[in-house]
Amino acid sequence: MTGLGWALADSWTIARRTLLHWRMQPGLVLFNWFFPVLMLLLFGGLLGGAMESPEGSSYYELLVPGIFALSMLFGLEGTMTAVTTDVSKGVTDRFRSLPMSSAAVVLGRCIADMLDSVVTLVVLAATGLALGWRWHEGLPSALAAFGLLLLLRFALLWVGIFIGLTVKNAQSVTMVQVLVWPVGFLSSTFVATSTMPAWLGTIAQWNPLSATATAARALFGNPDPSATATWIGTHAGLAALIAPAVLIAVFLPLSAHRYRTLSR
Amino acid sequence: MTTERVIEAAGVRKNYKGGTDGAGLNGFDLEVTAGTVTGLLGPNGAGKTTAVRILSTLLELDSGTATIAGFDVRRQGAEVRRRIGLVGQYAAVDEVLTGRQNLVMFGRLNHLRNHKSRADELLERFSLTEAADQAVSKYSGGMRRRLDLAASLIVAPRVLFVDEPTTGLDPAGRMEVWSAVRQLVDGGTTVLLTTQYLEEADQLANRISMLKEGKVVAEGTPDELKTQLGSDWLDLVLTDPADVPRVVELAGPLADGEIRVQDVRVSVPVKDRTKALVAMANSLHEAKIEPEDLTLRRPTLDEVFLHLTGDAA
Ligand SMILES: Nc1ncnc2c1ncn2[C@@H]1O[C@H](COP(=O)(O)OP(=O)(O)OP(=O)(O)O)[C@@H](O)[C@H]1O
Ligand SMILES: [Mg+2]
Repeated sequence: MTGLGWALADSWTIARRTLLHWRMQPGLVLFNWFFPVLMLLLFGGLLGGAMESPEGSSYYELLVPGIFALSMLFGLEGTMTAVTTDVSKGVTDRFRSLPMSSAAVVLGRCIADMLDSVVTLVVLAATGLALGWRWHEGLPSALAAFGLLLLLRFALLWVGIFIGLTVKNAQSVTMVQVLVWPVGFLSSTFVATSTMPAWLGTIAQWNPLSATATAARALFGNPDPSATATWIGTHAGLAALIAPAVLIAVFLPLSAHRYRTLSR
Repeated sequence: MTTERVIEAAGVRKNYKGGTDGAGLNGFDLEVTAGTVTGLLGPNGAGKTTAVRILSTLLELDSGTATIAGFDVRRQGAEVRRRIGLVGQYAAVDEVLTGRQNLVMFGRLNHLRNHKSRADELLERFSLTEAADQAVSKYSGGMRRRLDLAASLIVAPRVLFVDEPTTGLDPAGRMEVWSAVRQLVDGGTTVLLTTQYLEEADQLANRISMLKEGKVVAEGTPDELKTQLGSDWLDLVLTDPADVPRVVELAGPLADGEIRVQDVRVSVPVKDRTKALVAMANSLHEAKIEPEDLTLRRPTLDEVFLHLTGDAA
């Protein structure tokens, strides 16, 4: 096999390790997949009645794509925890002492986490459909929306790998986990940013999570008042491409560098 | 046995960024001959792990040179990694997976075609066949260590690094690991073993390098090291504590250094082994003191160790 062939084979071996984890700990992984569903039901039930939805549509039309985006953000924690655990337990060192492709450790993580996110989205979408959420612009458009969501996940993955390689212990991961929540809430996930106080709405609108949520709503044909309010609101689609691209451009090389300098 | 050097390190220095000055390695030298077990002995923080991580390409050295089977650890890392196995200080196996799943995964990553049969072989060899399909998190410390060893031996390595293999294990677990290491050596693997336990080094190693503050302060076979400290010891165990002062007085002329007394045990450093033993026996006989025990012994490695690392009381 060629170098590239081995790199891919090794990456798949590392990814399979995560798939085996799923099989060994079905309870844990099911919880991870259903946690966003819980959020959807909880916030749908909690806020659904109070929420004024445009054109008399169901609150789920706004909420479901928001939770899609939020679950992409939450995926960050899983990535981070997995990376930190491997570093602190010496598993990463063992990989590094093997004659395997050095890119595979990170690429394998990447494949596994993307698969995880696809499952998360499928479970969420199924629940959403059962609750009355629909896409109105046809399947290709819906798939494009899912593509945007996964792009965000892919970008956040590199943030997760970078932080995971940097903090090196589980306690610091908890701190980051706590910080994920305000980032998640300060966005158009649950409510349109147009209903927030101006300054808060502006921050929320520039949150990459909002861009992806708003762009996904547009592609699904779900109403979102945030979409028209401001420049960033009207250019959500563009922002949903650029923001992840920027994150990737920054954190992919940083992660690669961090991985290489584990030996310093 | 050939005299080929498989590990060579000369003047290796490593200062951790952000670490305290002098921590790490300060001119570390080591030569290991093929087919031998070398013990790297040192107290906490002596630099054992640092040395192992540098030799196994996990850590970059600041200056000096190190080669494994002739390959430079800095410039030919990939070649080095093809020839080594590493058992780190903490068992680095996937705790969620079963023993077998771990070995199959590491086999695949070693680009082994027959990874499944190899995993079975290793499970058998390390007596893990029964527990093969249990999650590693259910393993005992000794079993985990054995799996860790097995994972490092998937592709028979030229050189195996084992960092404190028995720290934290109970005596039974320790024996298990020792016998596993002995088997390896019989198979011709060169082993570099680090330990804080002198007994372990004495049991397993052909040669010992004593490490202190990132430098080798003594090197040789266990016997040579014991001889380096010079005197042998005459140990007396008395029945009556009241005899102790009298015995110390009698032993005075024979002593080549400070006599140590601990309860009814009197330890006398002596130079001329047989002569001292006979003289002591005669004096005791004349004084009508019947000791419970009178023995001549080499210094223990502990004594050598304490002497050389300067922590002697
Ligand atoms: N990553 C690090 N950053 C800074 N200092 C470090 C780092 N790792 C080790 N050190 C320091 O380098 C010295 C040698 O450490 P090392 O881990 O090699 O010792 P050791 O002989 O393996 O000790 P132990 O018996 O505790 O395992 C110690 O003083 C330690 O504090
Ligand atoms: Mg150590």
